[in-house]
Amino acid sequence: MVRYVANKFFYLLVSLFILISATFFLMKAIPGDPFMSEKNVPPEIQARLYEQYGLDKPVYQQYFKYLGDIATGDLGISMKHQNQEVGGIILQTFSASLKLGIFAIIISVIVGVLLGMVAALYHRKLIDNIAMILAVLGIAVPSFVLASLIQFIFGEKLGWFHVMGFDGPLDYVLPVAALSAQPIAFIARLTRSSMLEVLHADYIKTAKAKGLNWFTIMFKHVIRNGILPVVTYIGPMTANIITGSVVIEQIFGIGGIGKVFVECITNRDYTMIMGVTIFYGVLLMLARFITDIVYVLVDPRIKLTGGKEG
Amino acid sequence: MRRKSLLALLTLILVVGTVLAGCGSKNDKDNNSSSGDTTGAAKEQVLHINLSAEPPTFDPAQAQDSQAHTVLNMMYEGLVRMDKDSKPIPGVAEKWDISSDGLKYVFHLRKDAKWSNGDAVTAKDFVFAWERVLNPTSTPAPPYAYQMFYVKGAEDYNSKKTTDFSTVGIKATDDNTLEVTLNNPTPYFLGLTSFYTFFPVHQSVKDNAKWATEPKSMITNGPFALTTWTTGQKIEVTKNANYWDNKDIKLSKITMSLSNSGATELSSYKAGQIDYAGMPNGEIPTDQMPAVKKELKDELNLKAIGGIYYYQFNVTAKPFDNAKIRKAFAMAISRQDIVDKVTQSEEKPAFGFVPPGIAGLKEEFRTENKDDFFTEDMTAAKQLLADGMKEEGYTTLPPVTLIYNSSDKHKKIALAVSDMWKKNLGVDVKTENQEWGVFLKNRRGLNYQIARAGWSPDYNDPMTFFDLWTSKSGNNDVGFKNKDYDALVADAYKSADNAKRMDNFKKAETLLIKDEQVLMPLYYYTNVSLVKPNVKGILIDYAGSVDFTRASIE
Repeated sequence: MVRYVANKFFYLLVSLFILISATFFLMKAIPGDPFMSEKNVPPEIQARLYEQYGLDKPVYQQYFKYLGDIATGDLGISMKHQNQEVGGIILQTFSASLKLGIFAIIISVIVGVLLGMVAALYHRKLIDNIAMILAVLGIAVPSFVLASLIQFIFGEKLGWFHVMGFDGPLDYVLPVAALSAQPIAFIARLTRSSMLEVLHADYIKTAKAKGLNWFTIMFKHVIRNGILPVVTYIGPMTANIITGSVVIEQIFGIGGIGKVFVECITNRDYTMIMGVTIFYGVLLMLARFITDIVYVLVDPRIKLTGGKEG
Repeated sequence: MRRKSLLALLTLILVVGTVLAGCGSKNDKDNNSSSGDTTGAAKEQVLHINLSAEPPTFDPAQAQDSQAHTVLNMMYEGLVRMDKDSKPIPGVAEKWDISSDGLKYVFHLRKDAKWSNGDAVTAKDFVFAWERVLNPTSTPAPPYAYQMFYVKGAEDYNSKKTTDFSTVGIKATDDNTLEVTLNNPTPYFLGLTSFYTFFPVHQSVKDNAKWATEPKSMITNGPFALTTWTTGQKIEVTKNANYWDNKDIKLSKITMSLSNSGATELSSYKAGQIDYAGMPNGEIPTDQMPAVKKELKDELNLKAIGGIYYYQFNVTAKPFDNAKIRKAFAMAISRQDIVDKVTQSEEKPAFGFVPPGIAGLKEEFRTENKDDFFTEDMTAAKQLLADGMKEEGYTTLPPVTLIYNSSDKHKKIALAVSDMWKKNLGVDVKTENQEWGVFLKNRRGLNYQIARAGWSPDYNDPMTFFDLWTSKSGNNDVGFKNKDYDALVADAYKSADNAKRMDNFKKAETLLIKDEQVLMPLYYYTNVSLVKPNVKGILIDYAGSVDFTRASIE
């Protein structure tokens, strides 16, 4: 197990290094720099800015200096937001994205599983049909369309919620709804099909034949087995929700890390671009890493030798 | 089966219950807070606006964007400030004397001017602040330091030719007197001191690089003080009780959201969440303009401001190295159609380079000097194109591409213009949108034929439009080099005689537009904004900057 984990961790570091290097050179290849604006500043002042941020050096030197800095955990100072640390901005804005994401994940799992269970129990009945129509709609409608729609109806027309901002608890409702619609639909379908499968499994029939209590059958056998695929889906879903909130944050004017990501690229805020990329990268890789480990714990059939997948 | 339905029922109750409970409690909280807000608002007036983007900094020396401009105007006050007609009126300086040669300014500071912590605002604070702007070791280098190069010795100090600040024409002779000596008589210098680069800074910021990033170290001298700044979410300023003119300040608080979507901003305005929408910090989407004009007619303000939208020719690139071909392109479109059908904000078609609103000799420059440098004439345009092609020996025109930075509005205008060129000149022009940084790089590197551009004034004088196109100007990205033009501008710089300056500007504009047609003016900007009917006293100045400090809510 230790070897397996160490192996996975090694690959994580290698991927991170490749990510950093590729992003760094691609970023430098885009025309423009952080100090360009419609109104030119005199060349002397421009040169001083380049010097102060080390942009006057050859790209490879900048690269090694950057590697050295991040090795000590220093993400540097933003080139656009004067005198503000990249790490600080990431933490502040990520806290908004994280709150949004966590609520969306919780809502998705609870509502999705319940919807799926109800649909499975009422297989081919009216409730099942309604639930599945909702699920198809949820998957088919992109989140930004849904976001604009509910923003217009509940924010602008009915005035129940704020159109933008992230101040009070009520401000979570619309963005969380927009963000969780798709995962809810997916989880509902997943739960329904796996529940149906389990319900028709021989051991359930046996349990019923043995005259087991209905609740025992449900909670001990059906749900526990039926919910397994959902658990495996939570990993990728978390990644999806966190990266997918970029658009939602834009629409609802939430200052999350997604908004920062988009803006720093337009601004050519080099340190910020690197910082956010590394942050996202580490986040996704860790999610993957943990999922891999959890898989092993949950399903002993996964071989530990060699650290290969599957 | 009964048990199954029981479970289903339980589940449903659970779901509905959770949802309702969640909503319920949230509703309660919100009702409480909003009712608290509204009862509060009756006594204390709170203005809600959207800034669109987060100001990268609140250090007056570092700022260079319209968002920072808006917020710094709330938090600081310069020697003078601008009244509703964009004329300088006393700010921290209660009066000033200008020497007869226009070179020396003596500002007398009011004794009751205070910082938000109660300290007195002194002439030394101005010297401290201005030295920071000019100091070549300030980090990061203040980008607008050049705005102070009118001051004697300032450029030398900034470019390290001297390290002795006493050679710079900025002196505090006592706590309440500031003496400034200029290189040339600069009639707009007084107005310039209301610009944020010239704001005073509290001396406690020394050795604290992060002072402008958090409210507690932001000691300011304006009508409002920064109280909340949540990165990416919200900025709040609260009335500064120590401000000398606080009896004229009606608002107790201004809250600013930071959504960068025009559609969201408009929607939020319609829902009543914000009291002001649109320029200069945001933009009402052009496709929404017809609906806005219909539904919100009484709240819509269209104010002509001193900015211009134009296309520029790269005069070093074929075929636009030929003036006749440039003229043909400029003449062969209908500007009225563009403002009526595309931008739809009642902009004024432009046939010159200096917009209305910019001060002239006695009135506005544009009133005193008509912009009749060329006309829209399709027949003459065709003839000019034919003549120009003959001069260059073309049988067919080389392929032409128009570049613009990605934006819905720029795209619509570019397509309309290229369509008109096709119809009126029979020329196919390719339009190409480019991402902002890429676009700037290409435009600056003269890697284009025709490019979209816009210019807003730095100060209220035609000079801000003419010094762009001198051979040495860092902003001259059209390849235009003309000795006569350079001489006219240089002469205007040195002259104390305003009539002569204006005459020079008129000649320069004739050369630039009528004779050479280096630029193809399209329209003069309009500031498009929405203001709730119960909000009064928001000022938009000649350049389109907005001042919320004297606003009130009825």
